[in-house]
Amino acid sequence: MTTPVTSAPTPSSAVDTVLRRRRIRREWGRPWLYLPLTGLLLLMVTPFLWMLSGSLKPEADIRKIPPDLIPTRPTLANYRELLGTLDFTSMFANSVLVALAVTAGNLLFCSMLGYALAKLEFRGQRAVFTLVIATLMVPGLVTFVPLYVLVSNMRLTGSLLGLILPFLATPFGVFLMRQFISTLPDELIDAARVDGCSELAIFWKIILPLTRPALATLGIITFLGSWNNFLWPLVVAQNESQYTLPVGLALASSGQDFTRFGILLAGAVVVLLPVTVVFLLFQRHFVAGIATTGLK
Amino acid sequence: MTTMPTGTIAGQGSKERDAAGPQPAARRNSAPRRTARGRQTRAAWTLAAPFLALFLAFMLLPVVWSMLMSLTDTKSADLRTPLSVSFTGFDNYVRLFQDPQFFTALQNTAVFVLVGLPLTLAAGLAAAVALDRGIRRFRAVFRVGFYLPVITSVVAVAVVWKTLLEPHTGLVNTVLGWFGIDGPAWLADTRFALPVMIIMAVWRNLGTVMIIMLAGLQSVPQSLMEAAELDGAGAWQRFWRVTFPLLRPALLLTAVTTGIGYLQFFDEPFVMTDGGPLDSTLSATLYAYKQFGNGNYDMASAAGYVVFALIIALTVLQFRVLRDKD
Repeated sequence: MTTPVTSAPTPSSAVDTVLRRRRIRREWGRPWLYLPLTGLLLLMVTPFLWMLSGSLKPEADIRKIPPDLIPTRPTLANYRELLGTLDFTSMFANSVLVALAVTAGNLLFCSMLGYALAKLEFRGQRAVFTLVIATLMVPGLVTFVPLYVLVSNMRLTGSLLGLILPFLATPFGVFLMRQFISTLPDELIDAARVDGCSELAIFWKIILPLTRPALATLGIITFLGSWNNFLWPLVVAQNESQYTLPVGLALASSGQDFTRFGILLAGAVVVLLPVTVVFLLFQRHFVAGIATTGLK
Repeated sequence: MTTMPTGTIAGQGSKERDAAGPQPAARRNSAPRRTARGRQTRAAWTLAAPFLALFLAFMLLPVVWSMLMSLTDTKSADLRTPLSVSFTGFDNYVRLFQDPQFFTALQNTAVFVLVGLPLTLAAGLAAAVALDRGIRRFRAVFRVGFYLPVITSVVAVAVVWKTLLEPHTGLVNTVLGWFGIDGPAWLADTRFALPVMIIMAVWRNLGTVMIIMLAGLQSVPQSLMEAAELDGAGAWQRFWRVTFPLLRPALLLTAVTTGIGYLQFFDEPFVMTDGGPLDSTLSATLYAYKQFGNGNYDMASAAGYVVFALIIALTVLQFRVLRDKD
């Protein structure tokens, strides 16, 4: 387990080697760890590579035994057919629209309540916080059934609003924003009050800009969650004009098209690509934000 | 008797009250501090109102409604007028526990949690420790690679895994074939379907654990580690005596959140096997969903509440075991 690099007294003849080894270690870490970690990394990304490879194969090659790891006759036919057969553009637009609306709602409403819980004093504060946090534990299926009845009674099952409304304000967002905002210095707020800034202006002009890293994190998490949300849109969407991408993909995979692996894999690539890009662009924010929630 | 004067005061004070929030009396006879308090209270509730309104309608109301549903016979009822239902007490729960299929579902859920959760935590922790102390170059590449499955859509991933696990044309059995192993039918085999889904869950979730642990590890002061090293503590001892106790809050958080997620094990069997073969991947949540699909809203709600009870039990247990002992 231990690497002998830091052993205390070194014979002067070996000093050079030790120093060199230390430098290598500072840059590379422990070389022997790369092998198992790279193996594990390979396992983690194999499904993605398989998906990409399969989506570029003609259907006949997908059924080949044994399969080719790298497509021998790469083709975009699956993608072309995907765009042609499924009502792809409208599903894509629905997914984007729903995800953006849900994200915007959460950023606004969760940061508002998060600030009130973190920095303002009011009666009922503890009760509100406890209630909101306690619902983090409530399983989806407990609210699912009445929510379905509720939304269909509101006659929202035929519109995108039915996909958006129940997710506009989520407890997790409040938790995250409160954790982050409570790390901001109180002096800022006191100073603004002394200068005669109104309470709401303090939130809007001072707190919100400072909260940007947490907002970025919450934004990404919410966007991803909404983009990947599957069960609710599947149940609520009544006609194809409301389908989101995962719903379209799932229905395609359970229908007769299930035998068309190439199209399904191309569909999976299309579902995963936008979120992967978003994640890669913002991953620093993401990691920082997750860390703030995790440690307080 | 006092209606008249009170009314007058209220009328006179109405402007004042607007400025001072809900306690005009307090405002009139006290120092500016009190006023500030009132302003804060009003601002706080203004900020909280939009969230709370949505929360009330789409979270609290459904939670209570669902509880009522689980105690009624919804078959006979018109759900648009919730008060017309007939209460049947705990009948639904009794029926639930008499249903052998529900028992199977609970059993599968228990296996999924009891095997999957420790595996996920251990794998995520190991990856985090290896990345934190062991590796300098390319750390970001590893981090992104391990985290990639977390951000993926279950549906997309399920499709991919289905093709990976295809008995004849899938990659998994092909690779096993290289070693002369004749791979099973995986998702179509009652012995393998659930274990496969456990492995899938570990694959999908270890990144979350890793990221949070990594953050925790980076907050362990270097000086503490060096002090322990000077005192002659080996790497293993340093980990268990120094690092691990400091990781406890992070571990608790991930254990609780992952545990809550795993108890609601649903997406993979829903998309990949529909609970089969022979109910071997039927989970409690999938059972509830099927009841919902059959129009048994009462049974679905009752099953939902059983899962809720299990979540509370597991969370309490985790707090007992993992919280700091002070």
